[in-house]
Amino acid sequence: MNNIDLQKALKKIGVSADWIGLREVQETSTYRIIRDGNPESNSINLDYGIMVEVLVDGQFGYYGTHKLDYDSIMNAAQKACDVAKNASKYSIHSYTDSVRPKAVGKYDSPYEVKNYDLGQLTDLLLKSNKSLKSNDKIVTATSMARIVDMNMKYVCSNGSDLEQNFLYVGPGFRAIAQDGNIIQSRSYTDQCQQTGMEAFNEDFVMQKCESICKEAIELLDADECPTEQMDLVLHSDQMLLQIHESIGHALEVDRILGDERNYAGWSFVNLEDFGKLRYGSDLMNITFDPTIKEEFASYGFDDTGNKANKEFIIKEGILQRGLGGLESQERANIEGVANVRACSWNRAPIDRMANLNLEPGDSSFDEMISSVKKGIFMQTNRSWSIDDFRNKFQFGCEYAQLIEDGKITKTVKNPNYRAISTPFWNSLKKVGNMDTFGVYGTPYCGKGEPNQSVRVGHAAPICVFNDIDIFGGA
Amino acid sequence: MNKYFSILNNNLFSLARKDEVLITNFSGESSQFIRFNNAKIRQTGIVDDINFSITLISNNRKCSVSMTLKGLELDDKMLIESYLNKLREDIKNIPEDPFVVLPNFTNSTNEKYKGDLLNFENAADHLTPVMKGVDLTGIWASGKIFLGNANSLGLEHWFETETFSLDYSLINPSRKMVKACYAGTNWDQGNYEKYIIDSKKKLQLMDKDPVSIKPGEYRTYIEPMGVSDLIDMFSWGGVSEASIQQGDSSLIKLKNLEKKLSPCFSLMEDFSNGTVPRFNGMGEIAPEKLPLIVAGSLKNTLVSTRTEKEYNVKSNFASSDEGLRSPIMSTGDLKEEEILSKIDKGVYLSNLHYLNWSDKIGGRVTGMTRYACFWVENGEIVSPIENMRFDDTIYNIFGNNLEDSTNQLHLIPNVGTYDGRNSGGIYCPGIMLSKFSLTL
Repeated sequence: MNNIDLQKALKKIGVSADWIGLREVQETSTYRIIRDGNPESNSINLDYGIMVEVLVDGQFGYYGTHKLDYDSIMNAAQKACDVAKNASKYSIHSYTDSVRPKAVGKYDSPYEVKNYDLGQLTDLLLKSNKSLKSNDKIVTATSMARIVDMNMKYVCSNGSDLEQNFLYVGPGFRAIAQDGNIIQSRSYTDQCQQTGMEAFNEDFVMQKCESICKEAIELLDADECPTEQMDLVLHSDQMLLQIHESIGHALEVDRILGDERNYAGWSFVNLEDFGKLRYGSDLMNITFDPTIKEEFASYGFDDTGNKANKEFIIKEGILQRGLGGLESQERANIEGVANVRACSWNRAPIDRMANLNLEPGDSSFDEMISSVKKGIFMQTNRSWSIDDFRNKFQFGCEYAQLIEDGKITKTVKNPNYRAISTPFWNSLKKVGNMDTFGVYGTPYCGKGEPNQSVRVGHAAPICVFNDIDIFGGA
Repeated sequence: MNKYFSILNNNLFSLARKDEVLITNFSGESSQFIRFNNAKIRQTGIVDDINFSITLISNNRKCSVSMTLKGLELDDKMLIESYLNKLREDIKNIPEDPFVVLPNFTNSTNEKYKGDLLNFENAADHLTPVMKGVDLTGIWASGKIFLGNANSLGLEHWFETETFSLDYSLINPSRKMVKACYAGTNWDQGNYEKYIIDSKKKLQLMDKDPVSIKPGEYRTYIEPMGVSDLIDMFSWGGVSEASIQQGDSSLIKLKNLEKKLSPCFSLMEDFSNGTVPRFNGMGEIAPEKLPLIVAGSLKNTLVSTRTEKEYNVKSNFASSDEGLRSPIMSTGDLKEEEILSKIDKGVYLSNLHYLNWSDKIGGRVTGMTRYACFWVENGEIVSPIENMRFDDTIYNIFGNNLEDSTNQLHLIPNVGTYDGRNSGGIYCPGIMLSKFSLTL
């Protein structure tokens, strides 16, 4: 089997276009799942193809093809030109190749160990599963390994020549506990980082499983979360979701421009708000940061060849710039970032949030807890929903502890909270220091038509919010 | 493609050893996508994709691999053979699975539905001109999709269909929207243009100033498109037998008779419309009709053969995730022309958005209202409402508070495209609720 030489393929394309790009993506995903002591899934998925993009009469056209021979790639380029030319009569914006800058370089995600022994990995998953199920009240225990190896190459008629290699490895564990008609669960759903097989450190895995089992059992006897307004302390593993839904999507410039109004939705943010809108309290500093080496969506260049750099999105609570790549920046006439990405070879790239982080503050965990007279500390997301303008949200967590007079007092189950985005972020009253900082992410950020699910990273410290609407289960 | 699938299968299955069973699945599409914003084209392109998977079962062990094929016979045969050898190595390191199941013997099936679609090269000329004068945002998807399943015991299923859809929103200057979807298999230019013009008229309803309503419980009607989102939740920790057994379903309380649903509510799987294949990833054929909830009682859950072996509940050849594939909800007596008078005073909701379980075991679901949602008084629409969050249980929505359903079913097509273009959809009516909890 011969691999395609992209430069050779590019030279063979004879179509009349103002710009031509080839993006080759090869991704191998391996999943190993043990449930209740037995293997539930042992699967490998190899996704491999080429996205051919052309610019004709100001309109981009694409053809994603699985046919990896030179004739098929030439044919794909011709058909991409045909649909682009037809569409150019109705284009929303006439582009030039300035939105596909020349880029040459290489990015390799960090890891210590890449290869692994399947037998040893299986043994560790079985051992972890036994630990998860070490109490009779655990009715379901799941241990999971996800290993994703991705290679992307990108060449263009303007001389771009990029290669980016990513290794994403993560263990995940979940325990469901039941006592009569009370059912509760606790999980560690893969921290989502660019790392290697060192993520399967046995001590780390066994400690996680022990605490998951213990806390799932603890929740069975816990009181229901109370319904009242109180201070809310969020762990970094819930801040991930809070940043993602109530900041990230709201600031994607293609949403603000209306591209997503039929699917993911619009935004309460308007183009005039950049540089002016008070999004949150003075303590709020949000960055687009593709440079944190282990974070899930770190990269050297986006999928249009734009070099990725750290930028402040919100500084001391004031909105600075949008999450928009070069196409959106040109349409909106605002500053943006290098965040145009596609989920694979068969989708065209669009604005995504990549790594979006809350910068650490100066409060220790103890200082934050002791500052709360009546409040609740929530960990690990289990429910999420927000409106299409990214205003009214409701989130739920797996595990929570009440805080009374500056002390954590007792565990409660089924914790939920709801609020509206900017009032919520303006209620941010304490931001944890680097000791409370956690780097998380998710592989399932959905958006786009046709639909695309991409990896995003969110790093944040533990934070305190003032007077939030808290409530319990059904 | 059907022939190519058979060629690859014949080659692969000739390599199967005596102690091996091989199952293959094939999926792919040749699709055009055109993305619209403000009745203009944002992105346009074509996707050609084929995915082939092999499951190896041997000595009570199972593992699988899926791969994108190149469409070049020699290369693909070599790729498939190399991954078969990889599976044979991997399976040595996998523990025995006491619940591994072999394919059942069924008859092979072959279904092909030919459509009459627009040419990719000039589709924009047919679609765009009639949009003029309105802010239309959405996605055109058109082309062929195909699915296959086979095994080394001699079975081969094939399903292919040619379809199109324009799923879109119309937006007025006040940022109010209506949603529509023009979908089918045979393109009719006149019919399409009439559909767009009709939906432009619906947008005029949104021109009135919106009113804000306070959180509380309201008498509510939900259109079929909104109901389909609620029905979809039954696939996510709902009707799956495994999820019930494993303590991860919203229907555990229904199964245990702690809760009940309304005698007005029934739900079944019904493949008789032919919009999706009846075979699953194991090659098993689902019953043409399978009642799940009948007059409020749970009659059947969706049971895969693996779940049968693990929990001793008879399989009805569900897919491995035990989700709904071709659901139909029962109709009621409510005539569509009487909806507003039956609401009298309350809210009319066309669409729901971003649903999620807020307490899965309690059956409580949250989400937002979206698109054409109105305040109704004295049986007449007063004005659009600002979007509201709801948070209520399925035991209220399809239980105590379900007064009636409309007497007509509507097909809400599945236009999702995450792992390739979907087919099929949900058939459901609208529902009238005596109260519905709006919380924010």
